[in-house]
Amino acid sequence: MGGEGVEQAAVVPSPAAGRSRSTGPTGRPAREARAPVRRILTAYLFLLPALVLLVVFTFYPVVFGTALSLFDYDVITPPRYVGTAHFRELWSDRYFWVALRNSLTYLAVVPVLQLCSIVLALWVRRPLRGIAWFRAAYYLPVVTSIVVVGLLWRWLYDESGVVNYVLLRLAIIHTPVHWLTNPSIALYSVMLVTLWKGVGYYMVIYLAGLAAIPPEYEEAAALDGAGPVARLFQVTIPLLRPSVLLASTISAISALRVFEEVYVMTGGGPIFSTYTLFYYMFDQAFNALHLGYAAAVGVVLAAITIVLSAINFRLLRQGGLSYY
Amino acid sequence: MWPTVVTAAHYLGLTALAVITTFPFLWLLATALRATGTVFAFPPVLIPRPATLANFAGVWETMPVGRFFLNTAYITGMGIALTLATSALAGYPLARMRFPGRDVIFYAIIGSLMLPQHVGLILNFVTMMRLHLVDTYAAVYLPSVASIFGIFLLRQAYLVIPQEIEDAARIDGAGDLRLWAQVMLPLVTPALATLAIVEFTGYWNSFLWPLIVLKSPDHYPLAVGLLYLSGLFAHNTRYIAAGAVLMTLPVIVVFLLLQRYFLRGIVLGAVR
Repeated sequence: MGGEGVEQAAVVPSPAAGRSRSTGPTGRPAREARAPVRRILTAYLFLLPALVLLVVFTFYPVVFGTALSLFDYDVITPPRYVGTAHFRELWSDRYFWVALRNSLTYLAVVPVLQLCSIVLALWVRRPLRGIAWFRAAYYLPVVTSIVVVGLLWRWLYDESGVVNYVLLRLAIIHTPVHWLTNPSIALYSVMLVTLWKGVGYYMVIYLAGLAAIPPEYEEAAALDGAGPVARLFQVTIPLLRPSVLLASTISAISALRVFEEVYVMTGGGPIFSTYTLFYYMFDQAFNALHLGYAAAVGVVLAAITIVLSAINFRLLRQGGLSYY
Repeated sequence: MWPTVVTAAHYLGLTALAVITTFPFLWLLATALRATGTVFAFPPVLIPRPATLANFAGVWETMPVGRFFLNTAYITGMGIALTLATSALAGYPLARMRFPGRDVIFYAIIGSLMLPQHVGLILNFVTMMRLHLVDTYAAVYLPSVASIFGIFLLRQAYLVIPQEIEDAARIDGAGDLRLWAQVMLPLVTPALATLAIVEFTGYWNSFLWPLIVLKSPDHYPLAVGLLYLSGLFAHNTRYIAAGAVLMTLPVIVVFLLLQRYFLRGIVLGAVR
């Protein structure tokens, strides 16, 4: 914008100028069309650090990482083109199918997590005294490191840990449960931790969604004689749909990509019962150095994510306020 | 009478839920303060008698937790500083300048949110090897510095600055750089503060990427280091618990002090 300061100064700012974006005072279309070279250069210099980093660490690795699934690569020798061989290999790979099944099973956490978060958000939006402290308490697990959470729950879940103690005392169980060492329940035990850690996060998203609904809608329904239950199910929840779409999509993507909880708590075991697709990709890439094969696993995971997000979007796109 | 009962019932339910989310932390703290025993005590100990800080001193002296703590602080500090700088720079022309390619760049940046980032992990590791950055701190924070959320947040902050302020500065003869540094930047400090708080937990807790790119325990941040120690010293759970408390405390303090900005950041981050 170097030399235009003087010209701009001559223009009297219009009352609406504060709302305009970067066009400045109105009525200079001819100048806008041909920005001076210096001005373009300045703009790009401002953008340079971000653009370089984004290209190097986001665009390049995703695009070429996808292409890498068609190559054999072990970092040391140059990549060798193998076509779709990796995908055919995956088809007959036992570990891949086990990992895929576990990752898809993990999606079961999504509806439970969303339901709990919606109920919690409806509950803590009441103007009770001290409600901010309760919200903070529910949010605490969200800001805590996954490693601390994982170690903590590994101890709590131990055969002689607190969870078994409490359940034995309440006579809900009669012998200690092997939460993380029994292959048929370990995956669900990890899911419970994802639920515990995530509920506060989605609660905040739903609270924001609820705050965006104008109170007139519920008031009008009340005037029409709708009771609290009818208002909730026929007014509030349908209007909350955009938030449900957003939250359930985020939640489904992270459930499919689950890794850190599993890595800290079970290491994928016992006998691969908590081994997930992301875990398989991690192992193939950074332990076995089969980078091309790992990329193929990553591409399959990405494809499932995209399909699932599309389905989710179709199911939930209606509803909400029109200007959302 | 009836409303009182309802209110009491609400508090009872809310408290029960708060116990579920906070009890594990209290129990962790109690374990870290115990003089004897392990985390596996039947019945569980909630009030350690006698309470002692010996585990904190012990874990700091006999295990490299102090080192991990400093590593985490350094990575977090550098990460936040560079993220704020990059976002403050990139958001400005996207909001207040007109130049060819602006909209394409903006939508490319926002659109990259939909890229499957996990596929990028593999090649990012290769890039770090090529740049000879594997096992350095820079390798940990560099890929997160260009924050899409940060650029978007700052762009929005620059957008709402009234045009009159810019015009006044131009009348005073301010050039682009001075306009940005002395007029615009002070006006977006609230957005920068929100970004700093959100990025703080991000960098402080980051685990997967440092696990991949760091090789020597000397460079581990707390997240990776604690897991490493818990494998080496599986029997000394009180020390590990003390380390976990040390890692969690800064985040909880920042969260409780700056709750409002924190939650605002989360909402903006999700709606981005």
